[in-house]
Amino acid sequence: MRAWKFGNDVNTDLITPGRYTITTDPEKLGKIAFIEHRPEFAKNVKAGDIIVAGKNFGCGSSREHSPVAIKAAGINAVIAKSFARIFFRNAINIGLPLIICEDAEEIDDGDVVEIDFDTGRIHDKTKGVVLNAKPLPKFIQKIVEKGGLVNFLRSEGYP
Amino acid sequence: MGLTITEKILANASHKSKVTSGDFTIADVDIVMAHDSTAPLAIEGFCEIGKKVFDPNKIVIVFDHFFPPPNIDAARLHQRVRNFITEQKIPNFFTDGVCHQILVEKFVSPGTVVVGADSHTCTEGALGVFSTGLGSTDIAGAMVTGKCWFRIPESLRFNLFGSPRKGVCAKDIILNIIGQVGADGALYKAAEFTGDYVKKASVSSRLTLCNMAVETGAKNGIIEADGKTEEFLGREGKVFKSDNDAVYEEEYEIEVDKIDPQVACPPTVDNVKSVASVEGKDVDQAYIGTCTNGRLEDIEMAARILKGKKIADNVRLLVIPASTRVYLDAFGKGYIQKIVESGGIICNPGCGPCVGRHEGVLAEGEVCISTQNRNFSGRMGSPKAEIYLASPATVAASALAGKIVDPREYL
Repeated sequence: MRAWKFGNDVNTDLITPGRYTITTDPEKLGKIAFIEHRPEFAKNVKAGDIIVAGKNFGCGSSREHSPVAIKAAGINAVIAKSFARIFFRNAINIGLPLIICEDAEEIDDGDVVEIDFDTGRIHDKTKGVVLNAKPLPKFIQKIVEKGGLVNFLRSEGYP
Repeated sequence: MGLTITEKILANASHKSKVTSGDFTIADVDIVMAHDSTAPLAIEGFCEIGKKVFDPNKIVIVFDHFFPPPNIDAARLHQRVRNFITEQKIPNFFTDGVCHQILVEKFVSPGTVVVGADSHTCTEGALGVFSTGLGSTDIAGAMVTGKCWFRIPESLRFNLFGSPRKGVCAKDIILNIIGQVGADGALYKAAEFTGDYVKKASVSSRLTLCNMAVETGAKNGIIEADGKTEEFLGREGKVFKSDNDAVYEEEYEIEVDKIDPQVACPPTVDNVKSVASVEGKDVDQAYIGTCTNGRLEDIEMAARILKGKKIADNVRLLVIPASTRVYLDAFGKGYIQKIVESGGIICNPGCGPCVGRHEGVLAEGEVCISTQNRNFSGRMGSPKAEIYLASPATVAASALAGKIVDPREYL
C-alpha cells in the first residue's frame, strides 16, 4: 500500500470540485479525484493505496461524491489526524475505511504502509515505524466491511 | 447540572428525559431535505433499502444548485429526481430558492430536528432548531426510517455583546469568529450564539451567523428562539432554552463593537483579515446572494450602496435573491431597480455561482468578492481564480470601486 500524502484542511472542493460532480457514477468520480489539486493522483493511484493527511480532512460540502471518488480511485483507507464530521459519516456510509491517528503526519508520501483495522496498528514499512491508532468501533467496522450502510441494511433484511 | 438547547431538543426527539454530550441517541426527524446535487445519490441509496418514504409530507426537495439545468447531465439528474418525487408523491418540491431559505420560510419550527443533505443545514439553527448537514446515504436512511442516529455534541458558547460599528454586518462578525477559532475549532461541536448582540439582531442576521458554523467544523449552530423568531415564522414551536448551569466545553466572549469589516482571503475560510489590509485588490466579479447573505436585509444593504451609482467597467455584479419571496419583496421595495440601474445582473433565486456550475464561473487569474460562505480553490471555476468572502456592504462597495474597499466610505 503506497501512501499519498496530503496536508491539513483538505476540503471537498479539492477532492471533487463542484462542476465535476454532476453525476453519481463512481467510475467517473474515481477519475476526477483531486483532478486539479493533484492531477497525477487519479492517473497513478493503484488499487490498495492509502491516503494520509493532517487535520480536518474532508471539510466543506456534504457531497458524498468526495469519499465515493476516493474509494472508486482505488484507495483502501484514509489515515488522518482528524476528519471533518460529515465526511467521516459519509466515508463510513459508503464503505471507505478511516483511521484517526494523532501521528499520521509521520508517514511520508510514497511510504509503504500496512494497516491492521482490528487493532489500529499502522506499520510504515519504509521507515520501519509502527504507529498506534484507536480502531473504529466494531459496529462501524461491520458497516465498512459490508461496503457501507446500504449494503449493511440490506444484509439486515431491508427493504 | 443543566442542559443546553441542543441537548434538550435531541432528548425530546429521542423520547428521553435527558441526554448529555457524548451520548449516542436515535432521534425522530421532523424534516428531511435534499437538493438537486445530493438527492440523486440519496435516491440511489433509498431504492436499495426502501420502498416508500416514511412520510412524504416531511421530505423536502429543492432544485437550487444548478437550476435551470446548465447542461444535459444536470437535466438528466433533475429528471431522475422529479420521477422519484412523483413516484413517492412528495408534495414539497421547490425550484425557486436556496434550500435553507425555503426551509426557514415554509417548514421549520423551533424545537424540531431537521436533517439536510447539505453542509449548510446548520443555518436553520438560528430559529431554535437542531439542524445539521448529512451526506446522501444518511439522508436515504432518514427517508426510509424517519430517524437518525447522533452523537450528542459538546457545546461551545459564543457570547456576542456590544453594538456593531457603522457598516459592520453579521457576516463580518461570523468571519471574525471563524478567524479566531479556525476551520476545525468547533469540530463535531454545537456552536451556540448568545448575548445582547444576538438578542437585538434580526432573524436574517442570526441566519448568517448560524450558516457559517460549519466553517468551524461545527455539527450545528443554534440560537434560542424568541419573539422575533415567532414573528418571522408566523407559526409557533416548542421553545427550548439552555439552563443557566448548562455545561459548555468552552466559552468565547466576542466584543462586537471592536470588529471592523472583515474578509476571508483565499484559499480558506479561516484566513480572515480586516478589509483595510486587502484594500485596493482588483476584482472581476462581485456576488451578493446565497444561503449566507441572499435575504432582504442583504439586498437592501446592497441597494443602499449602489443607488444612483454605476459599478466599475471591469466588474460583473451578480445579485441573486435567496428565494422568490425575497425577490418579490426586494422588487416591491425598489431595491431590484436600483441594483439593475447600477449595472448589476439579477439571476433566478438559487445558489447561483457559489458552487461553480453556472451563472458566473471564474477564469484563471480572476478575482471574485462574494457574500457566500466558501472560498476554496476551484470552487467557482478555475483553481487559479481567487475568492474573497465579505459582507453585502463590502461586496457592493467593491463592485462600485472595481477593487476591494472598506464599505464605510460608501454609506
